[in-house]
Amino acid sequence: MNDRPILSVTGLGARVAEEDQDILKGVDLAIRPGQIHAIMGPNGSGKSTLAKVIAGHPGYEATAGSVFFQGEDLLEMEPDERAQAGVFMAFQYPVAIPGVSIANFLRTALQARLENGEELDLFDFQELLMERMELLRMDPSFAQRAVNDGFSGGEKKRNEILQMAVLKPALAVMDETDSGLDIDALKVVAHGVNTLKAENPGMSVLLITHYQRMLNYITPDVVHVMVNGRIAESGGPEVALGLEEQGYEKYRRAQVA
Amino acid sequence: MPSNEVIHGLGLDDYKFGFVTDSEPVFRTRPGLDADVVRQISARKDEPEWMLKRRLKALRIYDAKPMPQWGGDLSELQETLDQTYFYVKPQEQMERSWDDVPENIKQTFERLGIPEAERRLLAGVGAQYDSEMVYHSLKEEWESRGVIFDSIEDGLKNHPELFREHFGTVIPAADNKFAALNSAVWSGGSFVYIPPGVELETPLQAYFRVNQERLGQFERTLIIAGEGSRAHYIEGCTAPVYSTDSFHSGVIEIIVNRDARFRYTTIQNWSNNMYNLVTQRALVHQGAHMEWLDGNLGSKLTMKYPSCYLMGEGAHGEILSIAYAGDGQHQDTGGKVIHVAPNTSSSIVSKSISKGTGRSSYRGLCKVYDGASNAKSNVECDALLINETSRTDTFPYIEIDEKSASVGHEATVSKVGDEQLFYLMSRGMDEAEAMALIVRGFIEPIAKELPLEYAVELNRLIELEMEGSVG
Repeated sequence: MNDRPILSVTGLGARVAEEDQDILKGVDLAIRPGQIHAIMGPNGSGKSTLAKVIAGHPGYEATAGSVFFQGEDLLEMEPDERAQAGVFMAFQYPVAIPGVSIANFLRTALQARLENGEELDLFDFQELLMERMELLRMDPSFAQRAVNDGFSGGEKKRNEILQMAVLKPALAVMDETDSGLDIDALKVVAHGVNTLKAENPGMSVLLITHYQRMLNYITPDVVHVMVNGRIAESGGPEVALGLEEQGYEKYRRAQVA
Repeated sequence: MPSNEVIHGLGLDDYKFGFVTDSEPVFRTRPGLDADVVRQISARKDEPEWMLKRRLKALRIYDAKPMPQWGGDLSELQETLDQTYFYVKPQEQMERSWDDVPENIKQTFERLGIPEAERRLLAGVGAQYDSEMVYHSLKEEWESRGVIFDSIEDGLKNHPELFREHFGTVIPAADNKFAALNSAVWSGGSFVYIPPGVELETPLQAYFRVNQERLGQFERTLIIAGEGSRAHYIEGCTAPVYSTDSFHSGVIEIIVNRDARFRYTTIQNWSNNMYNLVTQRALVHQGAHMEWLDGNLGSKLTMKYPSCYLMGEGAHGEILSIAYAGDGQHQDTGGKVIHVAPNTSSSIVSKSISKGTGRSSYRGLCKVYDGASNAKSNVECDALLINETSRTDTFPYIEIDEKSASVGHEATVSKVGDEQLFYLMSRGMDEAEAMALIVRGFIEPIAKELPLEYAVELNRLIELEMEGSVG
């Protein structure tokens, strides 16, 4: 049973909404429960587009193929429905929500998951939040700050990890969460992912990254190389190491040929 | 019979008769306004001669002043005024029955979780009010400390000298056309006096005494805060005020004496046929602090600019305001600070939200007179637009006649962004919840200053308003 993929992407084509050119040109990907997949690729290869299409960003549209998550057709679902089904995307550039504290934001997100008429117990929530922050070794005062408002790059990523810890997704899509981070911040993200993975081994992770260095801290089961809207190669961690030595050039040449 | 149209459109004319009971004819003046109507009002209230003279003089000023050509669209107002009953005896006004209140208003009360007794009050239905006991014990405490908290009519009757000394000194009838109108036909409102040095912990809440005299269409409030006193006055409610009238023009005068601190909080949510034209002003004396906390929701057009005249050295004035303009509504609001004395300081923070075809305008004045050395003023106005069709404008007037003054003005306009909505939705909130959270965050700096129950109601109301605002 464990072999059934939690996420199946088949022949996926996608583009920026209302533009002609497809960015994804037939992506196939299957992630099984508990697996960590990394997608690496040069700028413009489409790896971030894949993350956004999975999460349901309104600025992108699928033009071909399908995306199934736990047997449900994700492409038919609104972003909030996807989130409630267990998909979480850690944003590359999370936006600020002035005046809304992280705690209030998370409380609203959890409340939204309840049936109509059910009220989230505030004390239970507070306890959960404190427990999650402790797990991630975060200062409780962090949750009182307004979401991403005036945050440094590292704080934004920390906030994404905290949200992931509270919302406990079945699939976490990390959209270049490591970009623009110094090594300490990178470690925070990696520590967060590893901690949550250790706590819940069934959680699947799709790690989208430009750099091999993230994979020094998070060990993937499968590494995919994406070039020009397609997956050019898939394999074990050794694929990433090969990339570090040779770069993306050979894949580009292969596609041209 | 009342229908949903009653509060949505202007179809109120039939409804004006809804509260007339068969057995008791209601006293009201005939539609429209002239000296005879004003005489009748004054006679009904059994007023002294000087007040009648004041009213008649105010009427002449009102007649002489042209309709304002700035602010909102008042082109159809005259028609409304010609049909307005300028005075309806309050006792009978209470006779409206709960059954006559339109269903959608009742439902809104329900959804806001307003207690039953309060709902009746808000709907203009006379009822014994649960908090009457609370009010009476508070009133006893206040009285023992020399505080006067009466209806404006009782203020005039029971404290004639104090009343006459201050009435109309902050906002004379000649101030503007609607101040003149109010001065001619005022009815209802509060009279408050806080003796020197008295500090009140519990806010004076207008609705405590509202069952004696409902919030009037031409309410008049006069507040005198004695030297070194401290108090907070709260008026209004976030629930929609259902009124058969479509014109509200109040005048609020406050005198904050030396070293006193006074805060006036008002949140009003009018039905969307209402013209709401209010003048509220405070004279702030040496070392005193005045704060206006002003929330304007609903109405067809609101024009309201709470002001602080900083008369004595070191006086401080603050104006915090939130305006919400829904479909077809225009909120023309802001604040005025007038620096007359040295070392005075002021701050205006104004936040507006426009949804659908709603329009909000910030209109503010900062004036620093020659000699008001080292005056400091800071104005910040932020507008949030929900839809492409929403509109906002900013009209800051700054007049500085003093070299050493320091004046700052900052304005921002933001739109609820697709990226913000997506971010929140990707965490599981639907579009309306996401929108409501963004709006609540936007008004948070002001909402946190509100008494808790008001802040909670305001948040709920915004949630209701955001349903159906998207897509």
